Amino acid sequence: MARVLVQDGAFDLAAEFAALTAGRCDIGGVGAFVGTVREISGGRRLTAMTLEHYPAMTAAALARIAAEAERRWDLLGCTLIHRIGRLEPGAPIVLVLAAAAHRDAALAATAFLIDWLKTRAPFWKKECFADGEAHWVEARAEDEAAAARWSGEPG
Amino acid sequence: MRARSLHILYFAWLRERLGLGEECLALPDGVDSVGTLIAWLRRRDDRYGAIFAEGRLVRCAVNQEFAGPDTPLAAGDEVAFFPPVTGG
Repeated sequence: MARVLVQDGAFDLAAEFAALTAGRCDIGGVGAFVGTVREISGGRRLTAMTLEHYPAMTAAALARIAAEAERRWDLLGCTLIHRIGRLEPGAPIVLVLAAAAHRDAALAATAFLIDWLKTRAPFWKKECFADGEAHWVEARAEDEAAAARWSGEPG
Repeated sequence: MRARSLHILYFAWLRERLGLGEECLALPDGVDSVGTLIAWLRRRDDRYGAIFAEGRLVRCAVNQEFAGPDTPLAAGDEVAFFPPVTGG
């Protein structure tokens, strides 16, 4: 069963790892991905990023993505946490953890979860720059391509 | 009455361009799908015409599931319009 959260505040990577693995001796590895706010975007300096989402849909969309990972790999648990609101450069945005008996499944599921999250969960980023200009981030073809590589069954 | 109407939500730049996050709309005659709703909204007002003119940049969900132009609509449905997602 996946742990899925959407929250304003920071997450605690160590606490989430401990919660995922507490009392478990069958886990052989945990894959982890933490996305953070990069200061330079398109050659310009960000002051902050604001994340908007579709509250009624977000948790269900994340749960569906996690369920798909659990269907494809023998996971012993996974965690998806996404922050919303105003985040400054360096701040963590998203946490993915995937636990499995062996590293192959843990690492592949971690990559799958972040690739699908980027293209299938209803979040939108707005970048605010030092000169006062702000714009909504456009979807990247590279992200679509990364998600599309999972269109087959696990290999 | 809410049950006889559509609840429509707008996110990100669509919300800003319309100056509107959500609205309730009595289901117009002839609107029975996402595509026919978009056509109706485009005729309704220039602001809607402008955002939906960028058709490939607008995505949709019906009752919190991703949807396309052929997805059927009925009174009581929640319809959301938004740009391609950019989380993560």
